[in-house]
Amino acid sequence: MMDTFVMRHLPALLIAVPLFAAFLMPIVGNAGRVARNAWVLLGALATSAVGLALAWKVLATGTVLYVFGAAAAHLPLPMDSGGIPIRIVFQVDALSALMVVIASLSSLGITIYSLAAESRQSGLETFYAMLFLLVAGVLGMVSTGDLFNFFVFLEISSLAGAALVAYRVDNGVAVEAGLKYALLSTLGALAVLTAIGILVGQYDALNLATLASRLQFTTLDKIALVLLAVPLAMKCGAVPMHFWTPDAYTTAPSSVTAFLVVSSQASLYGLFRILFTLYGHLLQFSWATFGWFLIVVGVLSMFVGVTMAIPQKDVKRLMAYHAVSQTGYMLLGVGVGLAVLGNADALATYGRTAMAGGLFHIINHAMYKGLLFLTAGAVFYRAGTRNLNKLGGLGHDMPWTMVFFMIGALAIAGVPPFNGFASKLLIYESVFRFSPFLSIVAMIVSILTLASFVKVFHSMFLGPRRAEFAAVREVPAPMLAGMALLAVFVVAAGLAPRPFVDHLIQPAVDALVDRAGYIAAILGGS
Amino acid sequence: MKMTKIVRTTADLFFPFCLVFGLYVVVHGHLTPGGGFQGGAVMATGTALLLVARAYDDVTGRIRKGAMKACEAAGLLIFLCAGFSGLFAGRPFMANWLAPAGQWFRTFVAHGPNPGDLNTAGLLPLLNFGVGIEVLGGLTVILLYMLSGIKEEKK
Repeated sequence: MMDTFVMRHLPALLIAVPLFAAFLMPIVGNAGRVARNAWVLLGALATSAVGLALAWKVLATGTVLYVFGAAAAHLPLPMDSGGIPIRIVFQVDALSALMVVIASLSSLGITIYSLAAESRQSGLETFYAMLFLLVAGVLGMVSTGDLFNFFVFLEISSLAGAALVAYRVDNGVAVEAGLKYALLSTLGALAVLTAIGILVGQYDALNLATLASRLQFTTLDKIALVLLAVPLAMKCGAVPMHFWTPDAYTTAPSSVTAFLVVSSQASLYGLFRILFTLYGHLLQFSWATFGWFLIVVGVLSMFVGVTMAIPQKDVKRLMAYHAVSQTGYMLLGVGVGLAVLGNADALATYGRTAMAGGLFHIINHAMYKGLLFLTAGAVFYRAGTRNLNKLGGLGHDMPWTMVFFMIGALAIAGVPPFNGFASKLLIYESVFRFSPFLSIVAMIVSILTLASFVKVFHSMFLGPRRAEFAAVREVPAPMLAGMALLAVFVVAAGLAPRPFVDHLIQPAVDALVDRAGYIAAILGGS
Repeated sequence: MKMTKIVRTTADLFFPFCLVFGLYVVVHGHLTPGGGFQGGAVMATGTALLLVARAYDDVTGRIRKGAMKACEAAGLLIFLCAGFSGLFAGRPFMANWLAPAGQWFRTFVAHGPNPGDLNTAGLLPLLNFGVGIEVLGGLTVILLYMLSGIKEEKK
C-alpha cells in the first residue's frame, strides 16, 4: 500500500489532478451538462482523495519530499549540484498536511454544493475550471518547499480567486470587488516577489530550507521579512489590512466564499512558515516583538472584526467581518507561541497549547465558516436576498438549512459541543497563562459573536411565514450534501476533539517549532 | 472609417509571416532566446494586426473564439501530459526522461557555437510546444474580447 505507484507520486498528483480537471473542463463542458457535472464531481473526489492520502502518509511516516523532474523523487540534492537543491521541491510536513486536509475537505464540500447552487448560471465550465485552479493554487502554496514556487501558487490562487469573485457580474458590484481583490493581491504578490529577489540576491537559493540555513539576518533580510509578512497578513484578512474581505466575500458565489476562507488561511500558513521556519531562531532576540506583532494584529482583528460585524445588514458581509474576527484567534494563539519560543518552560507549559489552539482553530474555522457561508448561499438561492431586514420566517420551509446554520453559528460562538469551543478553550486557557487580559478580550469577542449570530438566526429563520417567501422550499440535495459534509466535521471535532488534536494538530505544532528538522529534511543532518 | 486597401492587404500578407515567425521562436525555444510563451505571443500578434486593419466581424470569420479556446485547453493538456509522461517512465513528475534515453530529442544541446540541432533537449521542445499553443489560444481570446468594441463607423 505504501509503495504503490500512486502513493509514491502523491505530491505531484496533488497539483496535477486539479490542474488536469481544470484544463479538460472547456472540452468536457461541450459534451453537455451531465458530463460536465460528472467530471467536476470526479475531479473533486480525486483531488480530495489524493490530498487525504498524502496527509495520511505524512502523518504516518513523516515529512514527504518530492523533487520535480529529478532522477528520483526523494533525493533533493543532485550529485553534481554542490549540496544545493536546484529543483523545485515539495516538502510536505505535518503542518502542510493539516492545511492539505483542510483544503481537501472544504473543496469537496463546496464543489458538491456548487453543482446545484450554480446550476442556474451561465459560463459554468469557466467557473469550475477557475475553482479547480483555486484549489490547485491553495494546495500548492501549502505543500511547496520553494519560495518562488510559493509565489507562483500565491498568484494562481489570487487570480483564480479574483476571477471567481467577479463571476456573478451583479451590475458591476462583483466586478468591482474582484478588481479590488486582484489589485491588492497583485500589490501583495509584488512585495513578496521583491522580498524573494532580495533573498536570492544574497543567498543564491530559492529553496526554503536552504535559505533558512543560510540566512544571516542582515538589514536586507529584515526588509525582506517585512515585505513577506505584511502582504501575507493582508491576504489572510488581518486588521488593519482587512478592507478587501467584506467586498470579496460578499459578492463571490457562496461556495467560492467558503473556499476563499481556506485560501486566506493558506496565506496564514505562509506567514507562519516565514516567521517560524525561514526566520525562526534568527528572531531570537526579538521573539517577543514578533510574537506581540501577531498578538496585536490578532486582537485588533478579533475586536474590530466583531464590532464591524454587528451593525451589518447583509448576511454575507456580516459573516465576512466575523471571518476577520476569527482569523484573530489563530493569530493570537500562534502569536503567543512565537512570543515564548525562546522560553522552554513557558513553551512547554502553555506556548504549545496556544499554538495548538491557533492551528486547531484554522481547521475548525474553515469548516464552520464554510458551513455558514454555504447556508447564507442557500438562503440567497431560495429567498433571493441577503438583506437581514427583508428576510424572515424561513425556518418553516428550510429546516435543514436552519439546522446547519445553528450548528455553524454555535460553533463560531464557541459553544460546546461544537468544534469552535474545542479550539477556543485551548486558546483561552493557554493565553490566560500568558496574559489574562488577552484571554478576556478573546472571551468578550466570542460573546459578541454569539450575540451577532443570535440576531442573524432570529431575523433569517424565526417568525411567521412571510407572503413574499411563499415559494421558498428546501434547497436541492447536492447543496444539503455539501453542507452536511462540513457540518459532520464541525460536530465530530466538537464531540471528540482529542483524536484530532493528538494526531493532526500536535504534529503540526511540532513541525512549526522544529526548524532544524525542516532544514535537515532537505540538507541532511545539519 | 475603413482602413485603406493598402493597409488591409499588407496585414493579410503579414499575417502568415507572423505565424511562421512565432512558430520559429517556439520550435527553437530550447536553442535560442525566447520559447513557448514568447512564440505564442508573437503568433497572437497576428490576430491583433488583423483586428486593427479590419473590422471585428471580418476577423472572427477567420479566427474563431471556440477554436482558440480549444487551442488553449489543448496546449495546457500537452504540457500536463508531458509532465505525467515522466511518471510512466519510472521517474518523477516533469522528469526529462527523453533526453538520454528516448527515441526522439535524445541528445543534449551542444556547448558553444552549433548549427542549432532541433532534435535535442528531451522533453523541453514538447513543453515549449504546449506553452506556445496555449499562449496562442489564450492571448487571441483575450485580444478578441478586448478589441470586440472595434466597429466600422456609420457614415
